[in-house]
Amino acid sequence: MPLQLVFILEQILNGLLVGVAYLLIALGLSLIFSLGGIVNLAHGGFYAIGAYLAVEIGNRFGFPVAFVASPVAVAFLGMLIERVLFRGFYRADPILSLLMTFGLAMVIEQALRITFGAAPIPFGIPEFLRGQVFIGDFIYSRYRMAILLVAIAAVAGLWFLLQRTAFGRVVRAGVQNPDMVGALGISLSPYLTAVAGLGIGLAGLAGVMMAPVTGVHPAMGAEILTASFVIVVIGGLGSFWGAVLAALLVGVVRGLTVYFLPPAAEASMYVLMVAVLLARPRGLFGERILRFE
Amino acid sequence: MQKPSQSFTRRHVVKALGATALAGGIGMPYVARGQSDVVRFGHLTPLTGFLGPLGAYGQMGVQLAVEEINAAGGVLGRKVELLMEDSVNPATASSKALRYIERDNVACIIGEISSASCLAIAQVAARHKKIFVNTGGNSDALRGKDCNVYMFHVEGANTQYVKAVGSAMLRDGMIKGKKLYSLTADYAFGHDLSAVAKRFVKANGGEVAWEELVPTDATDFSAYFLKIRQARPDVIISNLAGNQITNFIKQYSEFGLSIPYGGFGFDTAVAWGAGKGNFGGVWPIIWHHDLDVPQSKAFVAAFMKKFGKPPENQAWGDYVGAKVLARAMNEAKTTDTAGLLAYFEKEPKFDILKAREGYFRSWDHQLIQEMYTMTAKPLAQVKDQWDLMILGPAVPAAEAPLDSIAPTREENACSFQT
Repeated sequence: MPLQLVFILEQILNGLLVGVAYLLIALGLSLIFSLGGIVNLAHGGFYAIGAYLAVEIGNRFGFPVAFVASPVAVAFLGMLIERVLFRGFYRADPILSLLMTFGLAMVIEQALRITFGAAPIPFGIPEFLRGQVFIGDFIYSRYRMAILLVAIAAVAGLWFLLQRTAFGRVVRAGVQNPDMVGALGISLSPYLTAVAGLGIGLAGLAGVMMAPVTGVHPAMGAEILTASFVIVVIGGLGSFWGAVLAALLVGVVRGLTVYFLPPAAEASMYVLMVAVLLARPRGLFGERILRFE
Repeated sequence: MQKPSQSFTRRHVVKALGATALAGGIGMPYVARGQSDVVRFGHLTPLTGFLGPLGAYGQMGVQLAVEEINAAGGVLGRKVELLMEDSVNPATASSKALRYIERDNVACIIGEISSASCLAIAQVAARHKKIFVNTGGNSDALRGKDCNVYMFHVEGANTQYVKAVGSAMLRDGMIKGKKLYSLTADYAFGHDLSAVAKRFVKANGGEVAWEELVPTDATDFSAYFLKIRQARPDVIISNLAGNQITNFIKQYSEFGLSIPYGGFGFDTAVAWGAGKGNFGGVWPIIWHHDLDVPQSKAFVAAFMKKFGKPPENQAWGDYVGAKVLARAMNEAKTTDTAGLLAYFEKEPKFDILKAREGYFRSWDHQLIQEMYTMTAKPLAQVKDQWDLMILGPAVPAAEAPLDSIAPTREENACSFQT
């Protein structure tokens, strides 16, 4: 294989690793939007909370405990927020729910700033996951390999939950036609709470995964949120595999742009989004959801 | 009648997203307060974005300074009133500076970190003949082609940073005959630093063989490290800024590359964020809380008492900026711009919490001062989360003239047109 090709392949594989963190956030966003119609601008905030909790719990009880406890705590917080805040906005003008989640995002960011200060708080990769993995001439961080596995497990679990369980069937039916679900005598209310918990918990999980390799600071949620929205849009609203494909695509395109045209690295995903939307206005696998048309 | 939830279209989402983006740009409401028997200092610094972590320290520093100034009798018998706002970006910085001058009638403006915003504020201040003390913008251009007589620089120029850490890199054999790979923040500061760094490296027999411009919102450096690993440079150089540095250091440690590295620009807060065991390389620093100077120790103690943590170098910058201005006003016996300019023209010496006193050089208004370098402290000696670095000796050394690391007229010509 020519050397250049090896380098490009290496960037592609690395791009997949970068894409998975975005993916977990994008899936949560997509879930909450599909079922409740709420565009959760505070999603990045929950990602940040997940990261801060990971640091706080990790420093006291070790990283493995933090890895489990932090996303679970964030998920419960998400369910609470759904009960108290989201609930009132499902039937309201979408502008109101956008303002509400935008406000919530600011409240979360400022709360983190007041509690922990504006500067990034120190956190690193736990000792047992440090080091690199060499495959031929490729180099990978062992930690990123580990989080890739976790992300795959999370995505597979989510897919199973949505496609193969009674819970998932109600959620999917609710996405297509909530009124019909109601007419069949099923109350969507607990499902909305569960889905918010699930989606926000995924953001928390992404936060824990990224805390050791990225700066843990109050605005970290805003950093990643835009990319996640781009992924949801590229993948198509409501599409599970669309989001998965889009996340990997964004990661790979970004990696390749760093290789060929570094100054455009962060802009590459927007160009990708424009290109996809021109060809497919609903995104790659966007479903036609009647009530959103 | 249509129910609202049924009218949720893509178009609505786009509109609403636009509206929220607008709302985000407007910023904090302003509350007018105070009387005219006070001297107002207008402070601006970014609290959001990738420089936000540093701006927070800037605000703490200036608050402590004003508290101490007022405790010591204020300025010309009047109390100093501090106004503080988030400068956000150059456009907002410019309009907030204008508001400070026109509505609040401030005596001066202090602060900023972003070189781009510094320029915006400097232009407004110059138009209205108000003094602006830059406490965090490093770009040489601000002291060179964009200089003006109303702008003073407590922050070191990029040249001072480069020559300070450059001396350590030369000593460690990281420049002469070496091929360097630099990562540069893609905005005014990074471009300026990169130009200064290249000049220094070339003059000392090295070569910046590769350079990548990194967007300021980049959080993932893995793709860059892969590329660097393939290029096999002798040294990696960071011309990055703010949160970029945290991510750079953390991920460098993650990838475990064995290439020596360092940076030409640096802020302590973002390195603290990298955490124990991740920090490495050799970096320049304008001031550090470990500095063994009595005035500096007193400042650190007062800061720790007020804020519960040690001051970062940006806190030093805004603290010194406010202190120097207050002293100048008291000694010049005026808050009037012309009087202050005449006072500074004589290059008075100021205590700047370093072993040697500093002064604003009359032809470019750069604070001429000692700089330092820092390296990682061995893990076994690290006491706490603030104790990751070993401070090197002052540059220039005691026998060399203080301005020997500052940009020369040839390197960075400045002419004041008044």
